[in-house]
Amino acid sequence: MGFSRLIKWIKPPVFLLCLAPLADLLWKFFHGGLTANPIEYIRNSTGFWTLVFLCVTLSVTPLRRLLRRNELVRFRRMFGLFAFFYGFLHFITYIWWEQSFDFRAMVEDVYMRPFITLGFIAFVLMIPLAITSTNGMVRRLGGRRWQMLHRLIYICAYAGVLHYYLKVKSDVTVPQRFAAVIAVLLGYRVVAYADRQAPNRPPNRSRPPDSHEAP
Amino acid sequence: MLIKKPGDIPFSEVTPKSVYLNRRTFLMGAAAAGAVVAASGPVGRWLVPAPVSAQGQGRKIPGVVKGPYAATDRLSSYNDVTTYNNYYEFGTDKAEPAQLARNFKTSPWTVTVEGEVAKPQKFSVDDLMKLATLEERIYRHRCVEGWSIVVPWIGFPLSNLIKRVEPTSKAKYVQLFTALDPAQMPGLSRGGLNWPYREGLRMDEAMHPLTLLCFGLYGEVLPNQNGAPVRTIIPWKYGFKSTKSIVRINFVEWQPATSWNAYLPREYGFYSNVNPQVAHPRWSQATERRLGEFSKRPTLMFNGYADQVASLYAGMDLRKLY
Repeated sequence: MGFSRLIKWIKPPVFLLCLAPLADLLWKFFHGGLTANPIEYIRNSTGFWTLVFLCVTLSVTPLRRLLRRNELVRFRRMFGLFAFFYGFLHFITYIWWEQSFDFRAMVEDVYMRPFITLGFIAFVLMIPLAITSTNGMVRRLGGRRWQMLHRLIYICAYAGVLHYYLKVKSDVTVPQRFAAVIAVLLGYRVVAYADRQAPNRPPNRSRPPDSHEAP
Repeated sequence: MLIKKPGDIPFSEVTPKSVYLNRRTFLMGAAAAGAVVAASGPVGRWLVPAPVSAQGQGRKIPGVVKGPYAATDRLSSYNDVTTYNNYYEFGTDKAEPAQLARNFKTSPWTVTVEGEVAKPQKFSVDDLMKLATLEERIYRHRCVEGWSIVVPWIGFPLSNLIKRVEPTSKAKYVQLFTALDPAQMPGLSRGGLNWPYREGLRMDEAMHPLTLLCFGLYGEVLPNQNGAPVRTIIPWKYGFKSTKSIVRINFVEWQPATSWNAYLPREYGFYSNVNPQVAHPRWSQATERRLGEFSKRPTLMFNGYADQVASLYAGMDLRKLY
């Protein structure tokens, strides 16, 4: 299939493109471009890209439905793992540079400050998704259970954007944009679900039913 | 003890870090260049580039004397102080004010002083600068966001101006307003604060010898992004209590509304004294990151100025009056 082969060729450059935010940080690191507060810059940048990749991952399914290109699903794991990758870097900036591995301070932070709680939840929920992202894990869990588990990404995205929104001091423009994008992406799923549940659903739809209704 | 009495470091001896780091390179280059410089000026100039200045292109302020307060902390770099700014009128990103305030018009500039005073007046900045001897004061500056810098400011105690206008017995608070010019301030549409930016001080805080009416930093007039042409510096309070680009000072009887307090009263109190024991609702204030340093350092009560200012707040519950 032509499109399928195309994806095979596009995937490596897309992979490299996904590394661009990291490359940007490294370049700036060596060229003094990380502003007067490099640690804050790296923290904000990795957080921003985590949200971007969560959005990109969540847009795979709507896109493949709307474009009727089911093969697009082959990008999904890669995007999801990049979301985890940048989330992990973001998390490291917090536990190392913000808290200096001070466990007590972190527990207090997670317990007392909602925006930290939300960020923490969003990251922790991504861990099982990353672990079960392999083909072997999909087999072991079974498609249905795997799919149920991976719906956790909805919570990750929701908690992640709220985390950003609550962290900002007063200019909420960017978090609002993320919230709008995520609302559309999650809204699509609600509508699609309602559509599937509708009793007067036409017996034969243009696309074949697939058992891997994607998160 | 973090505050030193005069005599410890004449400010003429405070070497900008970049010059300090470049000294060795400079000397080696100078030795090499010395051999050829007589014969070939251009080669000499190429071998010995002009020493990198920590200062920018700003106008020097003449006649500045060393002030009584000089923190012995290592100075923050001129670059850090002038490219990492919270000045929301010019954008909420820290790097934006340095770009977007570049063409901000700071001359002519008038500061209106009014309210509960016997002699309300309008001052030009030049008039203001002549009110008292300009001093260089090296202060720690702590942002409510958890970062800090050490800056050699130039100015004199705000009390000099206050005495000049003769506050009446009704003057209990001072209200300070930042300029508001939508044509020149692209950040006004964002940020959510009620403009113009306004701050306030209790009279005894405003009269305190540490409270500075500030015109410059690093020997030069204030860069626009740092609040040119005139601002306040209150070193024991979080940075947002200092008002940039002041156009109006108003003496009032009642505690005035202040911008951040009005916006999020639970997070930003009227006093906003630096206090490591009272956390911001969203983050701890126990530590801070000094720009240019990797590890965080503990935040000091009243930003290390407790000996000078703690008495102003005797008997007050600083957890409630944060």
